[in-house]
Amino acid sequence: MTASMSTLAFAAFGAEPTLPKLPDSPYFWMPPSASVTTANTDMLYNAMLWMSVFFSVAIFWAMLRFCLKYRAKSRIANEIAEKTSEHNTMLELTWSVIPLFIVVPLFVGGFKGFVDLRTPPKSAMEIRATGQKWKWLFTYPGLGTPDDALHVPVNTPVRMVINSVDVIHSLYIPSFRTKMDAVPGRYTDLWFKATQVGEFPIFCAEYCGTSHSDMLSRVVVHPPGGYEKWLAKTIAQADSLTGVDRGKMLYEKQGCSTCHTTDGSPKVGPSWKGIYGKMEAMTGGAPMKVDENYLRESMMDPQAHIVMGFAPAMPTYQGKLSDKDIDGLIEFIKSLK
Amino acid sequence: MAAPSTTADVVAPRSKGSSDNYLTHDKGVASWVFTLDHKRIGVMYLCSVLAAFALGGFFALVVRTELLTPQHTIIDHDTYNKMFTLHGAIMVFLVIIPGIPAALGNIVMPLQLGAKDVAFPRMNLASYYLWVVGALFMLSSLVINAVDTGWTFYTPYSTTTSTAVVPAAFGAFILGFSSIFTGLNFIVTMHKMRPQGMTWFRLPLFCWALYSTALIQVLATPVIGITLLMMIVERTLHIGIFDPTLGGDPVLFQHFFWFYSHPAVYIMIVPAFGVIGEIIPVFSRKRIFGYKFIAISSLAIAFLGFLVWGHHMFVSGQSVLAGTIFSAITFLIAIPTAIKVFNWITTMYKGVIHLDTPMLYALAFLWVFTIGGLTGIFLAVMSVDVHLHDTYFVVAHFHYVMMGGAITAFMGGLHYWWPKAFGRMYEEKYGRVGAALVFLGLNVTFFPQFILGSRGMPRRYYNYLPEFQPLHVLSTLGAYTLGIGFLLTAWYLLKSLKSGRIAPANPWGGSTLEWQCSSPPPYYNFHKPPVVTAGPYDGYENLMYDEKIGGYIPRKTDS
Repeated sequence: MTASMSTLAFAAFGAEPTLPKLPDSPYFWMPPSASVTTANTDMLYNAMLWMSVFFSVAIFWAMLRFCLKYRAKSRIANEIAEKTSEHNTMLELTWSVIPLFIVVPLFVGGFKGFVDLRTPPKSAMEIRATGQKWKWLFTYPGLGTPDDALHVPVNTPVRMVINSVDVIHSLYIPSFRTKMDAVPGRYTDLWFKATQVGEFPIFCAEYCGTSHSDMLSRVVVHPPGGYEKWLAKTIAQADSLTGVDRGKMLYEKQGCSTCHTTDGSPKVGPSWKGIYGKMEAMTGGAPMKVDENYLRESMMDPQAHIVMGFAPAMPTYQGKLSDKDIDGLIEFIKSLK
Repeated sequence: MAAPSTTADVVAPRSKGSSDNYLTHDKGVASWVFTLDHKRIGVMYLCSVLAAFALGGFFALVVRTELLTPQHTIIDHDTYNKMFTLHGAIMVFLVIIPGIPAALGNIVMPLQLGAKDVAFPRMNLASYYLWVVGALFMLSSLVINAVDTGWTFYTPYSTTTSTAVVPAAFGAFILGFSSIFTGLNFIVTMHKMRPQGMTWFRLPLFCWALYSTALIQVLATPVIGITLLMMIVERTLHIGIFDPTLGGDPVLFQHFFWFYSHPAVYIMIVPAFGVIGEIIPVFSRKRIFGYKFIAISSLAIAFLGFLVWGHHMFVSGQSVLAGTIFSAITFLIAIPTAIKVFNWITTMYKGVIHLDTPMLYALAFLWVFTIGGLTGIFLAVMSVDVHLHDTYFVVAHFHYVMMGGAITAFMGGLHYWWPKAFGRMYEEKYGRVGAALVFLGLNVTFFPQFILGSRGMPRRYYNYLPEFQPLHVLSTLGAYTLGIGFLLTAWYLLKSLKSGRIAPANPWGGSTLEWQCSSPPPYYNFHKPPVVTAGPYDGYENLMYDEKIGGYIPRKTDS
């Protein structure tokens, strides 16, 4: 990719109002804390921070003091060090055992917190998170993927069931102090119970290729009643949109825009502008005309025919798009002349 | 007792006067290319490792420059991903792993032991050429289509990306054999080639550290070899091992990878402990405190290092039980590590401390390694690791240990043994400035990254949220400082080869055996095998500084 194009990719990204903003934090070290499980993490973090400050200062102080106090006058002076004990079993055992007393409670605390982080309450509502290069898709029961943000109600336990369609990703919500890898071929999960209304960034924490650092999203924590309202509105909207408008909506929400532009410049995949009706050279095969059937096949079985010059990077949308959705996307692509 | 007749005695008459040493003993390119002399092999390793360090450092500066702004600065996404991958792979496989053992260890260890060479000199040379071949494979990836997987080669990304993963992974595979050869050689050498009186507990701590390291090299490295080979097989022949679309398991790769790569962390840091254990007593003119605890703690670290790989995988979907066991054992490693730091500090107590360049690096090591070690505890606590995993906190932690620990100790060792290896003194005042710049630079580079990571900045990010920019700028300025420090160091060290003061046999007053032979050492190290009657840090009071030669000589006794 050339320099101007990567800037463009960022600009396109910035054009959507999705670059999450890290909310101001009351803490110096940590982002704001907005889930029930953060108390354990923050308490242990602070305990270790002060323990580290204490031991560092003690060690640096001893080191610098010895350097100043016992500094040799010169090589020529040939001073001989005062004879001191060169071994003291009691002292050595003491400073072997003291660290043990310090790390045991840290281990226990970390273990407890970890078990809490890994044990979602039975009553938790479930939302699916699917990692794909380079977008998170959040799927709600009976709703599909309406939006590129994660919407959750405040004070309600939410269990995210996570997987990936391509490589390993990692769903990371710093303000909830939690993360979990999205592994292809298996399901993982994490849970949280948001305690603060607002918006918090979501990152992909496991390196996943070119646009790893653009695989951002945000969690929108709705006030009591707000989540239901958002849900009703989204369902109504999703049903009402048809044709080009539906395609345009899906283009933005389903991650198409991560790889395909609508202005003619190639990105990870070919641009959609003017592609409909064109003859395209195919990797390892005869040229094909980009028609309705080719477009449908590209969504359902993207590796079947790859336009020359592009990597086979697209995940399948089989099961993620309804016929109505596919029609909408085809109409939208046709409209980009 | 009479020293037994040895090859050294028989060959001694061949020596061409006092100026004969391993550098002048033979001349010509072939005398270097086919040399079996451990010191020459060490010097070739040293030059190669330093060249790789310069290249890896250059890539680091490119990465840090790109991160000056939250968006595009100088390179695009894909180039950035290649840069950090090459930086990591070069620094780990080509620089830090062979750095202290193969370069400094080869030059110094047989001398310290009182041996004429390592046990298998040809294998030693083979190890060097394996390094060269491995390095060429790794760099060929750079020319073909530079690898972009991160140095960890995680599947299924590494089996599906279009970049040249196979040459890079095959390079790492070959480098593994280089490492095994060195390790095996050192183990046998220390078992079989100690002269009379050199009991295990009279071994210098550097040798103890190399011995522990060699055990890890021999036992762990085959695992990474076979793992990378499996990954290559999957990529080229599509046999499903790790890729779920072929019926494999990507997390299996992580288990295999870290089964080597966590012990490899100790291959990188334990030799550094060894260097520090040499420098501190010599520059404090005092016996090391708690010799046996330090020696045994190296072995303990080597052993425990095999049992903690799963702490890299707390958020990979690994079971809670497995995570718990790995976390518990990880905490245990903190203890032998803490013992070492306390012992080094206590050694300085009531010493006579000389703050020359090697000692400055040792002090820098203590400072930086303390921070690196303490922040390791954060990552061992499971619930806290869930937040910090794969953030800049981890980046900062392992750079404090690897760059701040291993490289600082390597620099300390390089300055400590430079006069011995090359027979010249560098300019002390430049050495001190260089050490100060490196210490300052690495703290300014990596400390802000602890804050970034705690605040949620993920690693390997090309674009980042604008809120993180000020700390990134600070970090980049630190990296430039480091760059200047290392350039200065390269300059005065090279200059010393040409115009440096001739080094005495014992410039620092060390009592380990390498200081008993001339600088540079004779070709056969010792004309008569030394008979060892005291510990490695005994007898500083029997040495005195001679101003005329600028080094230490045995103190004249009145009797």
